[in-house]
Amino acid sequence: MKVKCKEVILELSSYLDGALDSSLQAELEQHLLRCTDCRLVVDTTRQTIHIFCNAEPVPLPEEVRQRLHAALHERFRQRAKLL
Amino acid sequence: MSATDPKPLASKVVRSDEAALVSAAKAGDVSAFEELVNRYETKIFRLGMNITQNREDAEDVMQDAFLKSYQNLNRFQGDSRFYTWLVRIAINEALMKLRKRRPNQFSLDEPVAGEGEPVFHELKDWGPSPEQRFAQTELNEILSRVIGELEPIYRVVFLLRDVEEISTEETAQILGISVAAVKSRLLRARLQLREKLDKYFRGSQSQ
Repeated sequence: MKVKCKEVILELSSYLDGALDSSLQAELEQHLLRCTDCRLVVDTTRQTIHIFCNAEPVPLPEEVRQRLHAALHERFRQRAKLL
Repeated sequence: MSATDPKPLASKVVRSDEAALVSAAKAGDVSAFEELVNRYETKIFRLGMNITQNREDAEDVMQDAFLKSYQNLNRFQGDSRFYTWLVRIAINEALMKLRKRRPNQFSLDEPVAGEGEPVFHELKDWGPSPEQRFAQTELNEILSRVIGELEPIYRVVFLLRDVEEISTEETAQILGISVAAVKSRLLRARLQLREKLDKYFRGSQSQ
């Protein structure tokens, strides 16, 4: 990658978070119009974040949930005794 | 510890209002606290799994996080969302698990220079919605595998910033590192995950 491409990578997070100032953002977007490699890195990094954010949570196993609530109820009882 | 199913408690507080649930719980309404637990238990378990990569540890993390948050509820001042506070407790529990499991390997310090530098192999498009080409369970396995392959210092920052949507400043505070370190680690984490997912998603449009 050229030096300019390295700069794009350095600013990638800020760009994806919408945290770049407008002139730098415009400059970066101009570069993306011309550079297929950088565009692919930006697109696939954006997709990476999206995929993790939108992943269905692994279901909480029922027995794990039951043990959590049993422990909580025990704590509630202990607290009630103290009051 | 009993594994019998405790009867769910019905809170009088409207489910959608987190602040009201916290206030009611502080005033002694245990059903309100249980509503908070019901709301966040799956997310906190997932967070524990993602950080520790171990189901037993994740269960401990989740249980300790809820019990400690209940124990210390009166110290919660409402400066942040209750969920953010809960995540903070869970992260501390999870980091303790990692330190205990790998005392000589686990560190939140900067890695040696060059480590974690992004590598770009021949770049290729993933096509639209690559995740839709995998069954949910298969996709979950891939995500769990690739996040588990990240160094903890990158894994934790990515989970806090991108999955839990905790601010950069708060992430820095939780981990005891600088804002600049959070930003550079987040960039590396995102690029490393991109590279790892690329193995699964690149050129799979035709499958």
